[in-house]
Amino acid sequence: MKRATSFGTRRIATERLLVAMLFLAPAAIVVGVLVGYPMVVTLWLSLHDANGSFVGAANYARMFSIDETRHAITNNIIWVVVAPTLVTALGLLLAVLTERIRWSTALRTILFMPMAISFLAVGVSFRLVYDENPQRGALNAALVAVHDAFKPPSKYYGAAPRDGTGLVASDGGYETAAPVPVGEPVAMPLVGLPRNRVPSDAQWAGPLAAGTELRGVVWLDFTRGGDGAAGSIDAGEVGLPGVRVEAVRDGQVVATAVTDGQGRFSFPDLTEGDYTVRLAATNFTEPFRGLTWLGPELVTPAVIGVYIWVWAGFAMLLISAGLAGLPRDVIEAARVDGASDWQVLRRVTVPLMRPILIVVLVTLSINVLKIFDLLYVLPPDSSQDEANVLAVEMYRVSFGGGLDYGLGSALAVLLFLLILPAMLFTIRYRRRREFAPERPVGGRAAPRGGGALSRWRSVVRRRRAEEEGES
Amino acid sequence: MSLLSASEIPELIPAGTAVRPVVGPSPLRRLATRFGAGAARALVVVIGAFWLFPTFGLFMASLRGTADNSATGWWTVFTAPSQLTLDNYAALLGNERILGSMWNTVLITVPSTLLVLGLGALGAYALVWIRFPGRDVLFAVVVALTVVPAQVAIIPDAAVFQALHIFGAIPAVVAFHVAFGLPFAIFLLRGYFQGIPADLIEAARADGAGELRIFARLVLPLSWPGLGSLAIFQFLWVWNDLLVALVFGFNNPPITYAIREQMRAFSSNIDVIAPGSFIAMAVPLLIFFAFQRHFTRILLAGALR
Repeated sequence: MKRATSFGTRRIATERLLVAMLFLAPAAIVVGVLVGYPMVVTLWLSLHDANGSFVGAANYARMFSIDETRHAITNNIIWVVVAPTLVTALGLLLAVLTERIRWSTALRTILFMPMAISFLAVGVSFRLVYDENPQRGALNAALVAVHDAFKPPSKYYGAAPRDGTGLVASDGGYETAAPVPVGEPVAMPLVGLPRNRVPSDAQWAGPLAAGTELRGVVWLDFTRGGDGAAGSIDAGEVGLPGVRVEAVRDGQVVATAVTDGQGRFSFPDLTEGDYTVRLAATNFTEPFRGLTWLGPELVTPAVIGVYIWVWAGFAMLLISAGLAGLPRDVIEAARVDGASDWQVLRRVTVPLMRPILIVVLVTLSINVLKIFDLLYVLPPDSSQDEANVLAVEMYRVSFGGGLDYGLGSALAVLLFLLILPAMLFTIRYRRRREFAPERPVGGRAAPRGGGALSRWRSVVRRRRAEEEGES
Repeated sequence: MSLLSASEIPELIPAGTAVRPVVGPSPLRRLATRFGAGAARALVVVIGAFWLFPTFGLFMASLRGTADNSATGWWTVFTAPSQLTLDNYAALLGNERILGSMWNTVLITVPSTLLVLGLGALGAYALVWIRFPGRDVLFAVVVALTVVPAQVAIIPDAAVFQALHIFGAIPAVVAFHVAFGLPFAIFLLRGYFQGIPADLIEAARADGAGELRIFARLVLPLSWPGLGSLAIFQFLWVWNDLLVALVFGFNNPPITYAIREQMRAFSSNIDVIAPGSFIAMAVPLLIFFAFQRHFTRILLAGALR
């Protein structure tokens, strides 16, 4: 500006200031009216009750005494402790994993894709995944399949003896009310089994003759149309194969048998005495139906799982960018020294990546504290209270029927206070980066040369020397 | 590091004095490495499938009737492909509420994006290329505003919009999105504008060009990658929003709002919810795949929002 006169410089400066103000005015007005001024009003409203009378800090005291808001605060704390940590850890592992794979670009794209989708669509997708019914919900279907592969389900759950036929319940199974003598066939009529669960190989039970050993028949004492007699084997009533039967004497199981295609069983070794005959509980155990993912107990972990699904790609991307800037030779040095992959990750990569990991954690913490959509969409109404967080509760109290602007404002202020440390970090971090724009994300660990590299070289060297001393 | 691992470092023996020359990793180690690579590859495939699964499931569910969806899971289409039908999508075309809400989403998203770009670029230009007192403080305020939660403003803003008689209508939703999008836009564009050589601006000024002219003819064309990235980011942000729509857009609900409404009876409305959500996410997904580099770049820059 040397060529202008001092008067001209001042004139230009004034003109520039005017232009700057004109340029900034539209944004400043919109932000001032819709963000700046409301923040002050919210603070003011938080000191008033729903009717507008001044109540001091009463709203702040109230939000810790009302169950819903206290629950929301607790949940927010759980979220902010658990979710960013898990996402960052997973992102680090994925970044390290994809670094070594040739076609990692495809995986990175896939992992990153959920970031582009609305939480609403994510919520709908995961309603389907988390559906409680294993016939419909993919997750429970998978769980049940795995469970049944290791522990096959019982065939006759829901079946029970016909009333008044001398069978009583015992420990989930059923047994004769009194010991029965050997030779006399034991009739064990069951009802309550749907037709479609009767095994296809089941045959007519038929009349059972007396014998010399303990024997009997388990059958489905039900005739279609209802004209069968209770406790007798009518025409067309089938035996139940594969039922586990136990002979019990003095409280001890002395023998076991399994019914055949006609539902018949016998204990050839038991030829004298009286025994209690019991249908084992394993015949009747209810099948495993998976977990109630979106029920009150599991809803928070389940939704955190979805959050991880959405944000892991973001953490991975940020961390990958940092990994690419790491000094290769330090890691190679550690490898040459015989460090395992895990040791390299823990002792070299993570310490070098610390600044980036902190940025990821802070970003996710801010995001987690603000989380609204996912928790407003995914949990069904019945578990909304259990899943509640501050942002959702703030909306419910102020707009979703509550219309208590005082409490709503107090919750908003609390949310702001929780975000404040992260905000201060952000200002510091962004201004610092501004003065050194050539620095990569994280602000440290320059890719080539640089102080960071030589410092870490010396760290690795020192560590190596220590180990030498130990061995 | 522990004593245990320290004892496993044969390289520490000075060169030439080793009793047994170390020729490379042991065969066992090599086998483990190869197995490890195979396992890692398998793991990558599993993870990829895991990440695609929910979205793919939603798509499949959108192609099945309500009765099928309430009886069985979508994976049964592999054994019974006859379930697949476009009926849900056809029915959606006749659903005025859903179609109207899609149009509302467009009416909200496009002006919000353009306004944020325009006002943000003007502000960023002033912050970068015009010296004025309090510039650094103003920048700190802008940065602070990037992380302010919407909750601190929605109650008073409802009153502001009521006074302007736009409460519940599209202009209110747009205004709120613009107000909360601007700080980040200014922050981001400022970074791009700073990349323009100062000589260029000074030369233009020496030639007598006015600030508006420099802004429109020089700075904007030079920073189109930044403007493009910001446009994509802002577009997706507004397109996917639910909270602002719930509070301020109840008379002209966008698609997220309309679908959330349907979710009160999830399983009986699945024929609307599944295709509706899929169309709602198709636009962001198309943008994501078409402009993936822009998208990742801005998310890296926008960390901490």
